[in-house]
Formats: sequence, C-alpha cells, structure tokens
Amino acid sequence: MSRRLANLFQGRPRLQVGALLAGPVGWLVVGYLGSLAVLLIAAFWSVDPLSGEVVQGLSFENFETLYNEPVYRDIIGRTVLIAALVTITDAILAFPIAFYMAKVASRRGKAVLVVAILLPLWSSYLVKVYAWRTMLSAGGVVNWALEPFGLSGPGFGATAVWLVMSYLWLPYMILPIYAGLERIPNSLISASEDLGASPFTTFRRVILPLAFPAVVAGSIFTFALTLGDYITPRLVSNDQFIGNVIFNNISNNLPFASALALVPIVVMIAYLMVARKLGAFEHI
Amino acid sequence: MRTQHANTARTAWLIIGGLLAVMLLFAGCGSSDDDSTSGNELEKVGKGEGSLSLVNWAGYVEPEWVKPFEQKTGCKVSSKVAGTSDEMVQLMRTGQYDGVSASGNASARLVEGGDVDPVNVDLVPNYKTIFADLKDQPYNTFDGVNYGIPHGRGANLLMWNTGDVKPAPTSWDVILDPEKAAKYKGKISAYDDPIYIADAAVYLKAHQPDLEIESPYELNEEQFEAAVNLLKEQRPNVGEYWSEAAKQISAFAGGDSVVGTTWQYQYFELQGSGKPVAASPASQGFLPKEGATGWSDTWMISSESKHPNCMYMWMDWIVEPKVNAQVAEYFGEAPAQSLACDQTEDKEFCTKYHADNPGFWKRVYYWETPLADCGNGSTDCKDYNDWVQAWTSIKG
Repeated sequence: MSRRLANLFQGRPRLQVGALLAGPVGWLVVGYLGSLAVLLIAAFWSVDPLSGEVVQGLSFENFETLYNEPVYRDIIGRTVLIAALVTITDAILAFPIAFYMAKVASRRGKAVLVVAILLPLWSSYLVKVYAWRTMLSAGGVVNWALEPFGLSGPGFGATAVWLVMSYLWLPYMILPIYAGLERIPNSLISASEDLGASPFTTFRRVILPLAFPAVVAGSIFTFALTLGDYITPRLVSNDQFIGNVIFNNISNNLPFASALALVPIVVMIAYLMVARKLGAFEHI
Repeated sequence: MRTQHANTARTAWLIIGGLLAVMLLFAGCGSSDDDSTSGNELEKVGKGEGSLSLVNWAGYVEPEWVKPFEQKTGCKVSSKVAGTSDEMVQLMRTGQYDGVSASGNASARLVEGGDVDPVNVDLVPNYKTIFADLKDQPYNTFDGVNYGIPHGRGANLLMWNTGDVKPAPTSWDVILDPEKAAKYKGKISAYDDPIYIADAAVYLKAHQPDLEIESPYELNEEQFEAAVNLLKEQRPNVGEYWSEAAKQISAFAGGDSVVGTTWQYQYFELQGSGKPVAASPASQGFLPKEGATGWSDTWMISSESKHPNCMYMWMDWIVEPKVNAQVAEYFGEAPAQSLACDQTEDKEFCTKYHADNPGFWKRVYYWETPLADCGNGSTDCKDYNDWVQAWTSIKG
C-alpha cells in the first residue's frame, strides 16, 4: 500500500505539492475565508422586528443605519483616530529602543532587552488592563505621583485608552523595527560618516529609508490590534469602539453586527494597500 | 517583472473565486438551518453524568454549596460568570453549557431562540414549596409551559459613598435629575446595559405622570424617547458605566464613583472591605421612592445540555431550603423557597428582605425582555433591538 502510494507521487512534483498543501489551504479557504464570507453574507440579512428572527434575504438596511445614524460615524471615527494615535506613539517610542538594541547594545544587553520586551506578553492581557485601571483611578499611583506638582492624571477616558493601548502593543512595534535595523549593514553607516554626513543626516538619509518598511510592518500590528480591541475601552473609559457595538448587537441583531464588522476589514484593506505602496512587504 | 504581476493577479482571482465558491456553498446550506428544539424533556432523573457547566451571575455558584452538591451527586460543577443578560444569551447560544441563571430580560429571548428546554417541575421536588407569586410568571412560563425553577429575587440598589454624598438620597433623582446629578458630575456610576433604560422609565413613571408609563419595559415611541433623552442628559455626569461587578467595586473603592445603581453583591463586597458605602437595600425596608427595577432569576436548562440529569439535580439542589437560604444570605436577595426562611442564619432575614411580602414586590419591576407587543393589545412598543440601538446612541 505504502509502496503504491510512493509510486503514485514518484516524479509528479505537482501532485506532491498539492498533497502537501491540501490541509493548510483547505483550512485557510474553509475555516478562515469561509467565516469571512459568512460574515459578508450575514451583513445583508436583516432581523424581523416582531419575532426577532433573522431574515435571510438581500437588504441594505444595516448599511443604511450605519450611514445615517451619526453615532456610528462618531464611533468609527474615534476608533480609527485612537488606532492612528497609538500607532504613531508606538513608532516614536519603539524606534530608539529598537535602534539601541540593534546597533548599540552588547550581545548580553541585547538578550536582556529582548527578554524585557517579551516579558509583558507572558502575562494576561486582562491583568495588564486592570493594573492600568488601578494606576489611573482617582486614588491611584498616577495621581499620587503628579499631586506634588499640582497636576492630576487623565482619569478614565479616551486618553486612558490611548495610554493603555500604546503600552499593550509596544512590543509588536519594537520587534519588527529591531529586525529591520539588524539587517542594515554597519558599513553603510560608516560609509555615510566617512563621506562627512552628520549623525542626523545619516539617520535621515540612510537609516530611516532602510528601516521604514519595518516601521510600516510594525504599524500594521499596532493599528489592527487597536482597531479590533473592545475590552480596554470598556475597562478604562466610557467610550465605545467598533468592537463594543458589535458585542452589544451580536446576540439580538447578528446581521447588524456583521455589517459593522465589515468596517474594520475595509479600513484594514485600505491600510494594507497604503502599506504596500510604502514598501512594507518588499522583504517578506 | 511583468510575469510577476500577472502571477499576482492570477492568485488574487483564484482567492476571489474560492471565496465566491464558499459563499455559494454557505448560501445553499443557509436555508436548511434547523431551529427545532430537541424537546427531550426528562421523564425521570437518572444517574448523574459526572459534570455540569453553568452560566450564572456572580455569587450564585460558590464553593459553600457547590462542594456538598458535588459530593452528593458526583456532578463536577464548572461555572462561567456573566456580567450582563446579553452575555448570558450569547454564552447559552454556544450550546456548551447545561444551564443558566437567567433574569427576565434573557429568559424570553432564550425560549424564543430555542436555546432552552421546558422543565418538568414534577422532577424537582422542592419546587412545590416555592413562593406562589414566583410561579407561572411571564418571565419563566411561556404558553403555559414551565421553563425554569425560580432562584431568588431582589431590587437594584442605589448605592452611595457616605463620606461624599450627603444627605443620604431617598430618590433616584440624585443620579437622574440633571440639576441634582450635576453635583456629582463625573462620579456617577450607571449600569452598562440597554436594560438600564428601564431605570429611567421607572423614574419618569413617578415624575412625569402625563407620559402614562405602565410597565418600564413596554414603552411606546413617546415614552421611550423621554427615557432615552433623560439618559442622554445624564451621560455627561456619568463617571463610569459598569458591566462587570469587579469594575464597579474597584471604582467605588478607588473613589472614582461615589453614587450610582448597583446590586447587593457589590454593596456587600465593598461593605465587607470596610469602605464607607450605604445603599437602599431591601434589607433596610426601603426602596428609592420611585420604586426600582429588579430581577427575579430562573434556572433554565439548555436544549443542548449533555448532562440533563446533573442539571435537574442542580435545579432541585439550589432551591433546597438550606441551600436556598445559604445562597440568599450570601448574595443578599430574597429566597425563592418559602421553607428557606426557617434555615437562614439570621432569623430575621426573610422579614428584612420581604421574602413573603408580595406588597413590597409590587414596586419592584423585574427585568423583562422588551417586545413590540405592548401587552395591552397594541404592538407599537419599542423592541429590544431598538433598546440596543438607543443604548449605543446614549453612550455616544
């Protein structure tokens, strides 16, 4: 039996590859793209107002609600804005750390830093958000530290969401930038200096252009993760994100929840297209 | 370069083609989706299946009465705590749980969705002695069929920090009247669930009689709009909307909230840890003057339960006089079991919580699922879907 099977594949490279890929591709198409397709279809269904049952027919009702009710535009705008702010903050924070790790630190220092960055990822997401909740509360450590200067912390709200998200997703920005900077040969930096460029010029003309695709790659993580999160906004603010509204609607109005779930997908597709233009995928 | 582009394009088309094929496949299957309940009502409670998984409110499934149950029946209990009724409905729809402690704003949805099965009350011996005014109610009995075993009931409370809120409030106006609430701007705590609109309706029922609100869960366009507007005015004064009990406890403990709507559970937790809080609990014999929303919970069995024997044993266990007394005292609610009143540690417990005082419960509006059918012949009431949409726009 096994010999027959071996003979079957002998000298047929296409069949070999096909058999090898059937599993993963099948999973991708059915499990992953399939669920997306169901989501897409469900978005055009509607809910019968009297019985509350899902009506499986083509209807644009959900999209009309999304478009006509100003509250959903506010929520989408707020989600995208915070995602953008978190991404920018993380890029600014991550670059120097990644640069230090890649170009300055000793081997030992590098290892310590990598562990330090990965360490928060080992603890539960919820624990971290609750820890921030405690720190930002009225009697928390942030207010306590700012009090001697006559200041007070941001409290719970959009600022808190921005802070917590920036903290949560920072490692996802540092690691790609670190990998990108590692790949830049030191000789290029030396050459730039030999040719008389100031450190700032070297950074602007040599390092940044070469590392930029890595920054964009990292930004995809931070942007997408913020866009999809709904627990942090719920715990440290009263603001609703797209995810919160999806969560609220999922049990009684699945079609509307599906329609809303398409919004982050569309936003992400647009974002990825821009990222592609910026060269984020050139070295993958 | 050109060939590479051509390849990319071909891959893209292949993906789109695959996606379309899958869509067609699902569209074809879509209509064959069966919604029938299995309807396997037990005839007799047999041997336990060894395990039981429950969806419940915080404080309902605790070691004190779960351990003896496990020893007696051999059913190993695992509990999943839900913060809101919406969450309970979602969890039950996964079909992974055997039973749920559903409030009235979840039970109708669960029955309608076929997520729960009728309960044969003859198999629950302790059902007989449950308070009569909890039996055959619109939130646990549908078309004359019993769908669950009453667990206990209570009113939602108004809680305040005694250091910051003076004098002690006697009305919901402290958080709902825009002028009075402004005094505690940013320190008000409100429940994060569409059903909170009913709290505003209870308030309006007392303060704006010309709206002619009868049930806070059956609101027509005008009444609904008034309630929603009241909450929109409240929004800037709200410090925090809470959905998890733990979230509200930390907000009161940390001083972020000083007054708001709560449950006994949070009140007891905060009081137990020495925080200066007071509340309008049933135990002190008073409700805010408008009355209050409240809950009357029912244990229901999932239509996909894999451990129906264990679930029936649990439903009988939880209303066993001694256990029901324990649960009621732990959580701070009125027991459903009339015989529980002889078993409470605090002999005055049932009197304090008005367990056998039907007059008291007339001013408590148990959570119900809002339906388009107003119950008085007209069908222009706002349904739960409208409530959810409105809640989104209130929070903004």
